[in-house]
Amino acid sequence: MPFIPHTPDDVAEMLAVIGAQRIEDLFDEIPSALKSKALSRVPAALSEMEVGRLMSERAARDGRPLNFMGAGAYEHHIPAPVWAIATRGEFYSAYTPYQAEASQGTLQVIYEYQSMMCALTGMEVSNASLYDGASALAEACLTAVRANRASNSRRVLVPRTVNPTYLQVVQTIAGNQNIRFESVDYDRQSGRTLVDALRRYDGEDLTALVVQQPNFFGVLEEVDELVDWARANNVLLIGVVNPIALGVLKAPGQWGSRVDGKQGADIVCGEGQPLGVPLSSGGPYFGFMTTRMQYVRQMPGRIVGRTLDAVGNPGFTLTLQAREQHIRRAKANSNICTNQGLTVTAATIYMTLLGADGLARVAEASAARTQELVTALTKIPGVRATFSGQRFHEAVLTLDRPVAPLLAALAERGIFGGVDLGQRFPELGNALLVCATETKTDADIAQYARALAELQSVPRAARGAA
Amino acid sequence: MSDIPSELQYTKSHEWVRSLPGNRVEVGITDHAQAALGDLVFVEVPEAGRRLTAGAACAVVESVKAASDIYSPVNGTVVESNAALASSPELVNQAPYAGGWLIRIEIDSGGAAPQLLDAAEYARLLADEAQ
Repeated sequence: MPFIPHTPDDVAEMLAVIGAQRIEDLFDEIPSALKSKALSRVPAALSEMEVGRLMSERAARDGRPLNFMGAGAYEHHIPAPVWAIATRGEFYSAYTPYQAEASQGTLQVIYEYQSMMCALTGMEVSNASLYDGASALAEACLTAVRANRASNSRRVLVPRTVNPTYLQVVQTIAGNQNIRFESVDYDRQSGRTLVDALRRYDGEDLTALVVQQPNFFGVLEEVDELVDWARANNVLLIGVVNPIALGVLKAPGQWGSRVDGKQGADIVCGEGQPLGVPLSSGGPYFGFMTTRMQYVRQMPGRIVGRTLDAVGNPGFTLTLQAREQHIRRAKANSNICTNQGLTVTAATIYMTLLGADGLARVAEASAARTQELVTALTKIPGVRATFSGQRFHEAVLTLDRPVAPLLAALAERGIFGGVDLGQRFPELGNALLVCATETKTDADIAQYARALAELQSVPRAARGAA
Repeated sequence: MSDIPSELQYTKSHEWVRSLPGNRVEVGITDHAQAALGDLVFVEVPEAGRRLTAGAACAVVESVKAASDIYSPVNGTVVESNAALASSPELVNQAPYAGGWLIRIEIDSGGAAPQLLDAAEYARLLADEAQ
């Protein structure tokens, strides 16, 4: 769609029709005391040339660090065609216009995306995406509260192995809606959430259980047992998954045993960034959500359907819109009435290019690289793997000294060595979360191991005194 | 001209109420309401055992273009909801006063009598709304 700005004549004509003098008159309803007069802390405008120069200088300060950080956002190779295609004019303004059906190409991309997410997660229906993984989990919890008619408690169990940043976002979005989020501790030895830790809730009225696979520590949860426990207790199971990991792991729709014709997670969500979206300072990313057809009317967000037009030609349309804000107003499922069009387009192209085999190879290579990294780093005195549980492409390491100064020293050598877990998990002591994806070579891993060995070779006391 | 059976009672929000044996009523939406909504694609009804308050939303009917709340005409408890509507919401359009009923409610005993319209009053309401 062309971008056509309004000329001063257009603006004057429109104002004349509604009888307003100036655009500012349209905001008369806002009491003047509430309007901020001047944005004193916002500097004066720069020219395009000046902005370009400033941003290039700042970007250069990033250097070309060797990145071993994960914790929710992952560096994967993005094949060149992904963004070459996604930035074509037809896709680059991928936001659906207000008459969405006028953009059949955009709707078809979203429809293909939904089909792929359903296949990947083993679920029946997908929405057109949400803002990011964390807000998708918040929406999944709200969906579960609406969908679980057998429960009146509005209690949601969130194990500590769920990304702690996600929990913060969930509490921000859903915390004022009379929903109780209760924590479940993990097994210190394996790094997993044990079904035994859930036994004390047997027979209680609970609305949902969140299970992250792989969990925040990179450890694989025993999802089959967890989902069976949830089913036996009439608790809906919300799976938070890494879409790359689903290249090799069992789809959430197949978790657990089949009971009364039902199997697997009830709602699946997660962060879509690993599918062809660059890290780019933390966003924009996209969240995904899939569920059972039974719960489709409780799911938030846009949904694209395939249909026939008046003369019988196949076409694509927004469907089940009565769930949404523009129709249901205050009673809508969610205030989310958009989707992350551009990043979803990139993800759809990424999945198309890789296919199921390619995705499995990325997953296998990432898991293998992380295993090699852990092997190399745990040969260094004072470094050991924290958990025994089987892992995917992240691992927690316990060090013999504080993590923050080590990470700072590594950063000086151009290495982002991982994420310090000390603040969020003080019980783990000096804990470092590391990640290696398929982007890391033998030489990269050796370089990290060499740098860490050098820093670790300094006696603790001497370093502390320096 | 929409159908307004004389043996039923009505609400201003276009629900009909049929007295059943015991202290029970059957509730649906009127012929006028179903015509105004258009083809229904989904009906969400409360489960048996749900407590209802007169005037509060208790069900949702969804057509291709809108979703509307249905308000309980009485204080009471849901005894049964129309299971056939899950797969055949069009029953509400085809037979709003018969196969398209929504819920059966056991009215709370000892409460004040519900404020309902008779057929003539409801016909007048529709005539007023049409103007």
